[in-house]
Amino acid sequence: MDFLDIVSSILLLAGVFFGFSGAVGLFRFPDFFTRIHAASVTDSIAAILIIGALLLQTSFDLNTAKLVFILLFLMVTSPTASHALAKSARHGGLLTLAETRPQDKQGSAK
Amino acid sequence: MSFILDYYNYWVVVFLMMAGFYIVISANNLVKKIVGLNIFQTSVFMLYISMGKVSGGTAPIVVEGVTQYSNPLPHVLILTAIVVGVATTAVGLALIVRIKRAYGTVEENEFDNKDDVI
Amino acid sequence: MAEFIDLVLLAMLALTALRIIFLKDLFAVVMLFGIYSFLSALIFLNLDAVDVAFTEASVGAGISTVLMLVTLAITGRKEKQSTHSSLLPLFVVLVTGAALIYGTLDMPPFGHPDNPVHQHVAPRYIEESPKEVGLPNMVTSVLASYRGFDTLGETVVVFSAVIGVLSLLGVRRKKKKDLESGLESHRVLHVVAKIIIPLVILFALYVQFHGDFGPGGGFQAGVIAAAAFILYALILGLPKAFAVVGPRFLQWMAAAGVLLYASVGLYSMYMGGHFLDYNQLATDPVAGQHYGIIIIELGVGVTVFAVMLNIFYAFGSQAERSNVQ
Repeated sequence: MDFLDIVSSILLLAGVFFGFSGAVGLFRFPDFFTRIHAASVTDSIAAILIIGALLLQTSFDLNTAKLVFILLFLMVTSPTASHALAKSARHGGLLTLAETRPQDKQGSAK
Repeated sequence: MSFILDYYNYWVVVFLMMAGFYIVISANNLVKKIVGLNIFQTSVFMLYISMGKVSGGTAPIVVEGVTQYSNPLPHVLILTAIVVGVATTAVGLALIVRIKRAYGTVEENEFDNKDDVI
Repeated sequence: MAEFIDLVLLAMLALTALRIIFLKDLFAVVMLFGIYSFLSALIFLNLDAVDVAFTEASVGAGISTVLMLVTLAITGRKEKQSTHSSLLPLFVVLVTGAALIYGTLDMPPFGHPDNPVHQHVAPRYIEESPKEVGLPNMVTSVLASYRGFDTLGETVVVFSAVIGVLSLLGVRRKKKKDLESGLESHRVLHVVAKIIIPLVILFALYVQFHGDFGPGGGFQAGVIAAAAFILYALILGLPKAFAVVGPRFLQWMAAAGVLLYASVGLYSMYMGGHFLDYNQLATDPVAGQHYGIIIIELGVGVTVFAVMLNIFYAFGSQAERSNVQ
C-alpha cells in the first residue's frame, strides 16, 4: 500500500467519524442551537477531510483542480448557511437552552 | 435470490409511485398534493432510467477503451421531462396561489359551499 | 457494490416518501421533498445517467423547492386534518400497486445487456453518433441533433408554462419604498453572495458550453444561472433584482431563445435540408452539427433561464403582496 493511500484512508475514516458524530449530535442534542452546532461539524470538518482524502486519490490532473474548487466552495458556503440559519432563528425569537432554563424552573416550581 | 436482484429496482419504484399516488388522492392540502404529484413523477423518471441501465456499462460519454455504455435514449427523454416537470409544477402552484386568493383556503374540505360566495 | 449503494439509496427514498405521507407540517414536507430529489439524483448518478442526475439536482432540488416554499409563504404551512376516511385511498393504492407489481414480473431483468430496450435505436446512437455528430457526450448528440425536434417541443412547453404562470399571477413592480424587502440585516450573507454569485454564473456558462463534452447543456445551465439570480433576489430583495434583469426583458429573452432554436431549423431548410438538419449549416457535415448544437443549446439555455427566473419573480411578487396585506 502506498503512503498516499494510507494517509487518504486515515483522512477518509476521520471524515466518516466526524460525519457520523454530526448526525448523532443532530438527533441527540436538546435544542436548535446545539443541533446546528452538530450539523455544521458535518458541513465543515467532515467535508474537508473527505475531499482531502479524495484529493490524494487523484493523479493530480483536472480532477484535482475540480475537487479544490468544490472544497473552496464548501468552505465559503456551509459556514455561511449555518450562520444564516442561526441568525434567522435568533431573529425569529428562538431562545437558547441556557436562556429558557430559569423560566422552566419557575414554571415547574422546583 | 437472482430473481430479487433482477426486480427490486422496479418494486421500489412501484412503492414510491404508490406513495405519491396516495398523497395525491388522500392529502387535504393542495400544496401537499403537488408534492405527491412530484414524487410520482420522479418515480416514473427512475423507472425509465432503470430500464436504460446496462450492468457493467458506463455513462454514455465516449471514453477511450470503453465499449459498454448505458442506453442514452431514456436519459434524453427524462432530462427534458424533468425541466418540463418543474415548469408544469410552477403552473400548478400558480393555480394554488389563485385559489388561495379566491377562496381564502387551500384545504380541500373547506371548499364546500364556497362557490356561492364568489 | 453499485447494487448495495443503490439499495441503501432506494431504502432512504422509501423512508422519505413514507415520512412525507404522515407529516402535517408542510414546511418539513417541502424540505423532505428537496431531500427526496437529491437522493433520486444520486440514484440517477448510480445508474449512469449523469446528465439526468445533474438536471434533477439543480431543477428538482433547487428550483421546485424554492417555488414550493414561496407558495407556502402565501398559503400557510399547516395542513388541516382531512374529514374523509383514508381507507378508500389506501385500498385504491394497494390494488393499483399490486397490479403494477404483477406487471413488473413480465419486465426484462434489470440491467441485462440483451434487454429489448437496448436492441433498437440505442446501438446506433452509441456506435454512430461519435462519428456522425462528433461529440463525446451521446446524450447531447441525441438531445440536440437526432431528437432536436422533440427538444424544440419541450422548449416550447417550458415557454408556454411561463405564459401560463404570468397570466395567472403577473409580475408587479413595487412602488412602495417602505416595504421591508430582502434580508437587510444579514451582512454576512450579503458579502458571501457577492463572492458566490459571479462564480455560479461562470459555472453556468461552463456547463452551457462544455455540455458537448461532459455532463451538462442548455437545460442545466439555464437553471443554474437562474439560481444565481434567485439567490440575488432572495438576499437583496425583488426590487434590486428587477433593476438588474427586469421581468419585461426576461419575457423577451424567453421568446428569443425559442426563436433562436426554431430559426436554426428554418435556416437549415433555407440551405436545402430538412428542418433542423444541421449537416447543411457548413460545408463539412460534422462541423455543421457542431454549429447547430451550440446554437440550439444556447437557445434552450436562454429560454430556460428566462422562464425559471420569471416564474420566480411572479411567485416572489405575490408573496410580497400577501406580506403587505
